[in-house]
Amino acid sequence: MFAYIARRIVYVIPIVISVALVCFLLVHITPGDPLVAVLPADASQELAAQLRTAYGFDRPLPVQFGLWLWRALHGDLGSSIATGRPVLSEVLRAVGNTVTLAVAAALIGFTLGLMFGLIAGYFRDTWIDKVATSIAIAGVSVPHYWLGMVMVIIFSVQLNWLPAVGAGPGGSGSWGWDWEHMKYLILPAITTSVIPMGIVTRTVRALTGDILSQDFVEALRAKGLRELDVFRHVIKNAAPTALAVMGLQLGYMLGGSILIETVFSWPGSGLLLNSAIFQRDLPLLQGTILVLALFFVTLNLLVDIAQAAIDPRIKRG
Amino acid sequence: MTVMSDTALQAAPATKARGYWATVGRRIARDKVSMVCAFVLVLIFASALLAPWLGLADPYQGSMIRRLRHIGTPNYPLGTDELGRDMLARLIYGGRLSLIIGILPVIFAFVIGTSLGLVAGYVGGRLNTAIMRTVDVFYAFPSVLLAIAISGALGAGIVNSIVSLTVVFVPQITRVAESVTTGVRNMDFVEAARASGAGPFTIMRVHMLGNVLGPIFVYATGLISVSMILAAGLSFLGLGTKPPEPEWGLMLNTLRTAIYINPWVAALPGVMIFAVSICFNLLSDGMRSAMDIRN
Repeated sequence: MFAYIARRIVYVIPIVISVALVCFLLVHITPGDPLVAVLPADASQELAAQLRTAYGFDRPLPVQFGLWLWRALHGDLGSSIATGRPVLSEVLRAVGNTVTLAVAAALIGFTLGLMFGLIAGYFRDTWIDKVATSIAIAGVSVPHYWLGMVMVIIFSVQLNWLPAVGAGPGGSGSWGWDWEHMKYLILPAITTSVIPMGIVTRTVRALTGDILSQDFVEALRAKGLRELDVFRHVIKNAAPTALAVMGLQLGYMLGGSILIETVFSWPGSGLLLNSAIFQRDLPLLQGTILVLALFFVTLNLLVDIAQAAIDPRIKRG
Repeated sequence: MTVMSDTALQAAPATKARGYWATVGRRIARDKVSMVCAFVLVLIFASALLAPWLGLADPYQGSMIRRLRHIGTPNYPLGTDELGRDMLARLIYGGRLSLIIGILPVIFAFVIGTSLGLVAGYVGGRLNTAIMRTVDVFYAFPSVLLAIAISGALGAGIVNSIVSLTVVFVPQITRVAESVTTGVRNMDFVEAARASGAGPFTIMRVHMLGNVLGPIFVYATGLISVSMILAAGLSFLGLGTKPPEPEWGLMLNTLRTAIYINPWVAALPGVMIFAVSICFNLLSDGMRSAMDIRN
């Protein structure tokens, strides 16, 4: 087990370096000089040259990457061009809000997905299965940003039950676990939960169906086990794969929150990314993507380890 | 022994045995859900293609006095948008760009990813390691984040959005193609081809492509659903096409301001994205179960 964990961690190192390389190169695929964003329109040639040296853009690319990586390892991702504040602190503050949203959405989406999937797989090819699979396929096919708009139309514009945008009364950025704040979380969380709900339902339905058709289930039933106990065996066997899928989905919610956060003006990493893109704030863009991708890589690592830990069939040590 | 084979011969069906793909085709044609989806998609594609000849209003012609009319207004069956343009015309014309930016990335990725996966799976060894480890790097990004990162760095535009989505889908198709190819390459008929002196290129093109294309095609059809949502999503964020071009994602964006005045007209472009996306998903599911002859 420990050998497996160690091997898995070693395997992550080249991935992390490659991810950093992709993020570093992002700035260099932008059309024109990466200085354009920082340089005033009427800047002289001398000033441009000075800034180029100051930012290190006159050095060869591999050297620039090495220096950038070295600084990034020390927590220095540069400072935002728009606000002048350090990128890392900006990103970490926003990520907190995204985590709140993703965890709330995961609770809703995973609970419903597991429930629908188990029921649909157990009652395969009945009307119950058809209803559950229809909900699941609608969930994975819906443009979630549009669903968000429809939710706002129904619950904010027409019924006036819940606020349409923001993350707290008076536009305050600080989150609190009271009803006044929770009201703002409900619509974005439900909207975010739809895709994972659909994917978990489909995965668990297929798993349950496969497991139920295996010989050992026949044997359990022949032994005289009650259906409820058979069901327990099904859950045990489906757990490792279901867990892996849910971990991946949580990662997608954390990293892919930009559309939902834009619809609801939720002050998380997605909204930060949005403003970085449109203000051409390249250090902020680069830093946000790096932090989000590293979150995703770490999450995948944890899921792999957890999967190996709970599944006795995986003897990878 | 002779007697037995004689009976077996007599018992053989009189009709000519159908080929694999003919059987799959028949199975899809019998599946009601797949047929309804195919019909809806043909309808949307045909109306987008034939838009100029359908007698629709000018999708660019606005009017300050008839802005945001409700659904069901005479002459404007689906109302008008925030600049007084006919919604029905804009939704149908919008299909042209929306379908192009949604489907092209998958087609490009299908060609590139299948080639990469086929080569990686067939040649194996170091080349496989090089291709598949590069693919792993792109898997370290959630797909929405990767699309937005590339699109955001390249800047807004249709070409950039198609490029960024292609980059997102190539690794996914490569992985599927590689695993299918690895499964096929050790089969007896490939061995037989190699033994009879066929070169690697001939084996890949003649003997393997036909066997790996099916599953990759089904996977790619399902990806169109994701691609439609992401492509319209990029436009929704302002990273795709520019106004006044009719495109479903961009229309959703500009109509967002109108949700307090005429909410249901504002939601219409999303219905189109949803319809196309769900039809491709169901069609992909239908093909998958039709190709699984064992059931």
